[in-house]
Parts: sequence; structure tokens; C-alpha cells
Amino acid sequence: MVLFRRPGVSPADRLFRATVFTMAVSVLVITGVIAYELVRNSRLPIEKFGWAFLWGTTWDPVAERFGALPFLYGTLVSSALALLIAVPVGLGVAIFLSELAPRWLSDPAAFMVELLAAIPSVIYGLIGIFVLVPWVRNVLEPALSGTLGFLPLFRGAPYGVGMLTAGLVLATMVVPFIVSVSREILMAVPHSQREAILSLGATRWEMVRVAVLPYARSGIMGSVFLALARALGETMAVTMVIGNRPEIRLSLFEPGYTMAAVIANEFTEATSDLYVQTLIEIGLVLFAVTILVNAVARLLIYSVFTKVEVRE
Amino acid sequence: MKTILAAVFVMLALLGSAWAEPMLINGAEATFPYPVYSKWFDEYAKINPDLHFNYQSIGSGGGIRQASEQTVDFGATDGPMNDEQMAKAKVKLLHFPTVLGAVVPTYNLPEVQTELNFTPQVLAGIFLGTITKWNDPEIAKANPGAKLPDKLIIVVHRSDGSGTTYVWVDYLSKVGPEWKEKVGVGTSVNWPTGLGGKGNEGVAGLVKQTPYAIGYVELIYAEQNKMPSGAVRNSDGKFVKASIAAVTAAAAGASKAMPADFRVSITNAPGEKAYPIASFTWLLIPEKIADPKKGKAITGFLKWMLKEGQGLAPALLYAPLPKEIVAMEEKAIGQIKY
Repeated sequence: MVLFRRPGVSPADRLFRATVFTMAVSVLVITGVIAYELVRNSRLPIEKFGWAFLWGTTWDPVAERFGALPFLYGTLVSSALALLIAVPVGLGVAIFLSELAPRWLSDPAAFMVELLAAIPSVIYGLIGIFVLVPWVRNVLEPALSGTLGFLPLFRGAPYGVGMLTAGLVLATMVVPFIVSVSREILMAVPHSQREAILSLGATRWEMVRVAVLPYARSGIMGSVFLALARALGETMAVTMVIGNRPEIRLSLFEPGYTMAAVIANEFTEATSDLYVQTLIEIGLVLFAVTILVNAVARLLIYSVFTKVEVRE
Repeated sequence: MKTILAAVFVMLALLGSAWAEPMLINGAEATFPYPVYSKWFDEYAKINPDLHFNYQSIGSGGGIRQASEQTVDFGATDGPMNDEQMAKAKVKLLHFPTVLGAVVPTYNLPEVQTELNFTPQVLAGIFLGTITKWNDPEIAKANPGAKLPDKLIIVVHRSDGSGTTYVWVDYLSKVGPEWKEKVGVGTSVNWPTGLGGKGNEGVAGLVKQTPYAIGYVELIYAEQNKMPSGAVRNSDGKFVKASIAAVTAAAAGASKAMPADFRVSITNAPGEKAYPIASFTWLLIPEKIADPKKGKAITGFLKWMLKEGQGLAPALLYAPLPKEIVAMEEKAIGQIKY
């Protein structure tokens, strides 16, 4: 290990260093170029709408009046809704697999969960349209408005497509991320932690709550942020079930729209320069939101892994 | 080892020169006519093996942009270029109508077995959100005898920009001044009401699954998927169901008023048998082609398309051009200089 840190020992080592360094830098360069190109190619709307673009609510391609707020809202709300559903479920699965399940069940089950992450999003969208949407329209939405209808969140006509369905589909898509990362992190918690608290007469639940979860907290947060980043950028599955309506409505039954979806939908037929550049600016906003989320997630994951390494 | 490598290189070089021989003509296309264009290029290449059409179906927006920038040899669009786009193009682009398509209203009414009739006012009212229930007197008037339910209408439109939307809203704005004022015409618009489905299949999926929904899809799509589509009242006051013949009739009705550059909308066309929600789709050919060989190839293809090509269209459910338009276009090919 020490040899490795001293440069210039052998030409082969130097070449190796240079190669991996270039690879590492190229990632940064690519990210930088993407950001630069996004800004450069959205000059027209930036000049025309300024910051007001971020809180404008009209999206009228005919009159060329554009505002990003309904899309920003749709992206954030659908992703938040997905996390609200996926975090308890994902964490529950991860705890079961790492703490309670026997080995013969834990590994194959974890493998199956990871397989979920490999399903193309268009498949999730199709299942959403043909299975989830009718179920939401006929069962879930009437049930919700029947019991929780006093909340403005659960009012309105049950269309089937809308924010709620988008949240459900997204939740299904991000659960594997939470499960697989959280399980690894829970399994990295030293056994001494568990043994110590069990020897004090704690139950399994107390052990998980007091000894395991606090230890793995920041790593689990990291898995949640990763899932959030995935949800923010998801395009195909969302656009197939969200209803694609650029409006801000409080009710989760109402249709909405997301940033990634509007780009995918309207880019091919956008003919005027301003229109095309506005869609690119939407991409810029999405890029900024995603970068922020990703950066936070990376930092958290990094911190937990170094901590675990030091204590062991 | 070296000799083997050398032999491989020689073979590759030979192959390369053999492949390079057919002339490559690049195009960027609208998505609506893609199946018929692809068939045409295929058939034409069989007669002219020294030609190869390389084309991408990237949508009208890209078709217009790439043809204007001259990054391709020809473009294609589902809606004619506007004056601003024409002025911006680096080269004057000529429009050549190739085939016709139609857009039909499709709906899901479990109670109603008969086919519905739609007046222009009803369609505009539903999509503006002013007609909200199926038993609205306006709808009942056009459908005597049909038992219309007292249910809210769920409107479904395309969420992606598309030529289909362009034709649909172009029609709505011609028959309803309110639509023209409030919404306007484009491949994507600011819809006053309704849900968005992605693509013909997205709209069809939503309509099929949602009771009391209404949407619009391409005629081809409705026929292939056996979806119920209503008859629409044309400008002569007759209710006409969309069909290849009714679409060609609309084009024939519009041909009298055809401008020399073919940039025309034929929605709400005159003629007793004309289906009112129809449109041409166009190839965009530069007026001046620098390479004389390419110019000859492209004009050759256009001539073939207007004769033999038209015969291949109905099998793919595209309506062929009426005779009058074919004659006008054959003359217009003379404008291409190379």
C-alpha cells in the first residue's frame, strides 16, 4: 500500500496512475461540459424569462409563454410521495433480510429485490397503465376519498392516472435501491453491537432500534437520497401514468407533470428556437436539482463507509 | 501473422469500396408517415440499387430544423412550415405532399352501442371544457335515439408533441373561433382540460380503460386496433366516417384552392364526401441541390413516388393523393435546380 502512494517508483506505476487519474478527471469534465452546454443552449429563455421562469405557471407552446413551476412541483411531489411509501417498506425489507431472515432466504431474496432494479422503466409504465391505473381508479381512490376525503389531498374525481399513481409506480422502482444499499449497510454493523445489547436482555426489536439503526443511520440516509435521485430523473414510467397536465393541484388524485416527462414528450416536435431552448432549460433545472441530491447522498455514503472501516 | 493481417486489411478495403458505391441520400423525417416512407425507400432501392436512402424518423421539429440547416438532403414534416421558419432556413425549401392521414375521435361509452355523430361545435366544446357531460343537449341533438349517460366526460389528448395533435387542433380552431383565440394551433398546445397520454398508444390505452373518456388518434391506429370512432359533420353538413376514400375526397375538395407552394391545411375541406379532420404530410426538398447526381436521384424518387409510390399507400392505410394534386406536383418538380 505504501509503495502505491509514492509516485515515480516505476514507469508502469506512473502510467497506471496517469491512466486512472485521466479516467477520474474525465467524469468531472463530462459533468462540467453537460452543465456548460445546458446553460449555453438555453440562453434565449434565460434572457427572456429570467428567474421568473422558475415560478411561472403557464406552459403555452403556441403563445411561447413558459414557466417551470408545475413541472418542478410535479417532480418534487411525485418523488417525495414515492419516498414516503418506499422508505418504510424498503427499510422493513432490509431489516428483515439482514437481521431476522435465515441465510438461505436472505441471499436469494436480496438477489430478487436487486433484479427489480434491472427491469426497464417502460415495463413499469406498462404495468402501471394496465394493472395499477384501473386498480387505483376502482379501488384505491374511492376507498381513500371515502375514509380520508376530509383532507384536500384525497378529493376529486378518480381518474386512475395522476400524482398518486405516479408516486406508487416510482415507489416500486426505488424500493430495490433502498433495500439493497441499506441491507449492505446493516450487515456492516459490527456484531459486537448486537451481542452487547442482546446480553442486556433486549428484544430483537429493541436491538434493531437501539443498536443497529443508529449505527447505520447516515448510510441509510444515503440509500434514501440515491432513491430520491432515481425518482427525480425517472421519465418513461412516470409520463405513462401521471396524466401529463402542467397544473399545480393539491389533490393527489389530480394529474400532474414532471420535468423529465415534458422534455421527453415535447422535444421531438418543438420547432421554434425559443421552445427548444426552454425545454433545455427545464433540463438544466432538473440537472441542478439532481446534482444537489446526488452530492448529498455521496457525502453521506462516504462518511458511513469510512467510519465502519475505522472501527473494525 | 502479418500476412493474415494484411489480407484482412485488403479485404476490408475492397468491401469498403464496394459499400461506398451506392449514393447516400440523408433525410430527417416526421414520425407519422414513417411506415409508408420506409416502404417507398425500400421499393425504390430495389429498382435503383445504386441509391441508398438513409433516414431517421425524428419528428417534424427535427425534420424542419435539419432540412433548414442543410445537415440532411431532405426533410419531412406533418405540419407545413410557417413563414418565419421559411425565412430562417438557409435554403429555400419546397413542400411536396406525399400522402394523407386523418385523425378520428374515439371514445369509451359502455352504455352506447351505436356509433356516435359529432358536430364541430360538440368536439370544440368538449375539448374546451364547456361541454362536460355526455347527455349534453348539443351531443343529444346530433345523436337522436342514442341513450347518452349522465356522466362527466373525461378528455384525453396527446402529451407528446405530434402531427396528430396539429391536425386535430387546426380543425378545432377552424370550426370554433373560441378555440383559435384561447388555445391556438401547434404540435403541442396549452390544453384547457383533460389528461395527456403519450403517443397514439397512450391515448388509446387511457380511452380504452377509462369509462366515459374521449380522445383522438390517427385513423390508421384506430382501424388497426378496432377502436370505435365517430362520424364527424363536414362543412357540407353531412356526417362522414373517416376512411381512405373520404380523406382523398377531402384533398380533392381542397385542391381547387391549393396554393402553388402546397403549404395548405385541408381540415374542414369542402365536398359532400370529404372527411373534415385530414391533412397532407410533406417532404421538404431544397430548391437548389448542389450535387447534380443527388438532384437527379431526388427528383427521380419524387416522380416515382407520385406514380408507383401512391399505389403502395392504401395497403398501409394511408390515403393516396388525388389526381389533381399529383399533376400539380409533377409540374412543381421542375422548380428543383441542380
